[in-house]
Amino acid sequence: MNIWKYSSPQYFYPLAKKMATIFFVFAAVFTVWGLYIGFFVAPTDFQQGESYRIIFIHVPAAWMSMLIYLIMSFWAAIGLIMNTRLSSMMAHALAPTGALMTFVALWTGAFWGRPTWGAWWVWDARLTSELILLFLYIGYMALRASIEDPRRADRASAILALVGVVNVPIIYFSVQWWNTLHQGASVSLTKSPSMATSMLTGMLVMALAFWMYSIAVSLIRVRRIIRDREANAAWLAESSGAQ
Amino acid sequence: MYQAFIFVLRKELLLAFRQKTDMVTVLFFFIIVSSLFPFAVGPELSILKIIGPGVVWVGALLCSLLALHRVFETDFNDGSLEHLVLSGEPLTVLVIAKVSAHWLITGLPVVIVAPLIGLQFGLSVDSLTILLITLLVGTPVLSLIGSIGAALTLGVRGGAALTSMLILPFYVPILIFGAGAVVADAQGLSIDGHFSILVAMLCLSVALAPLAIASAIKIALE
Amino acid sequence: MQWESIADFFAMGGYGLYVWGSYIVTALCVVFEILDLKKNR
Repeated sequence: MNIWKYSSPQYFYPLAKKMATIFFVFAAVFTVWGLYIGFFVAPTDFQQGESYRIIFIHVPAAWMSMLIYLIMSFWAAIGLIMNTRLSSMMAHALAPTGALMTFVALWTGAFWGRPTWGAWWVWDARLTSELILLFLYIGYMALRASIEDPRRADRASAILALVGVVNVPIIYFSVQWWNTLHQGASVSLTKSPSMATSMLTGMLVMALAFWMYSIAVSLIRVRRIIRDREANAAWLAESSGAQ
Repeated sequence: MYQAFIFVLRKELLLAFRQKTDMVTVLFFFIIVSSLFPFAVGPELSILKIIGPGVVWVGALLCSLLALHRVFETDFNDGSLEHLVLSGEPLTVLVIAKVSAHWLITGLPVVIVAPLIGLQFGLSVDSLTILLITLLVGTPVLSLIGSIGAALTLGVRGGAALTSMLILPFYVPILIFGAGAVVADAQGLSIDGHFSILVAMLCLSVALAPLAIASAIKIALE
Repeated sequence: MQWESIADFFAMGGYGLYVWGSYIVTALCVVFEILDLKKNR
């Protein structure tokens, strides 16, 4: 079997559907498992009370928002360098999910900050970087949406994603320099020795759930993109009857 | 290569001087925008002193954005950008020439006027000097990064607003260290760190931005 | 298990608004994303 054939949209299209189903199942299982640990096994935090239970979605969403940006840029770069259509389509498909994860991280961050720091929004280094990451995702999607020719959109947005990858560490470093006010405040939970193993397990399982979900949703989205962009291809007309 | 650089730079500057409205508009935009802040926050000099460096920096940043779309757009529309690309000269060099012209026309005047605006905000002579130096190092970075956005959005609907949206997040570090240096100095802290980082960002963007701009132009012209 | 009743569970030790405010919005985001993908099918 030649796995490279799956780099062609035609062969990837049916494969993506099967993979998406599998990843959705994994996502569901991990979510149920993670939430069970999060709400019924993990004890009450002696400092933050029950409000800490937000980390079971906040930290995974924040991790995914950053990971997805990296993966998106990776596919965009491959698409730009090797001129492979499917890679660019993957980058395209990942952006909305990444933006959503960033939004969730910000939202839950605000809802955690209110009881913890006493304010909905604090100009903390992490929150601020996350906000800028959201702007980067929005810029990427806006640029893509405003270019009509899909190949040009692929390549122009790839350059933007790469400029972003170079800048993200610089932005993060600058924002940290700019605000050292909350050093440790937002990580104390993961770092403190008092953190129960079940808390950590719950968080990691939820991270897996978010990860599987992101893969599944992106695969579904890439199928949609393939369908839109290859609408004239003969193979799509044939396979749509079978699917 | 050197000649091509000089040729493009001269052409841009000549055009700008012949039609001074661009330069003058940007300059007055800067002055007017900065002068609006006291009306918004009140004439209390102690408050103005605190926000002064930030206001001047944000003003400089907006000016850079305002003139960005002209860097490549007219040349793109009348086809002379394509001539430049096909001229056989390295595109990155031509790009640096065009960006330098953009900075000389819109960045430099702003830098020169900035201390005057600073005076309105009650900044001390020390602060004004530092403001001038950081702007001198920082505004070229704004032009370089901004030109990437301008090149990516060539001939795209959405134009100037889209460019700003793409580029503004990347301006954050420069804003932090540029305005931060003035604030740190006013508090009696050393600004060596701020300054080194600004210079490092300038070097990095001089090295990398022209590559990104050149590829963006090629993509736009395909 | 630290919950004594269902009401206790929903109260989240007084942090109900924050905990459920986070979880519900996250769930809505997921539902919205999936619906959006279905709609365009």
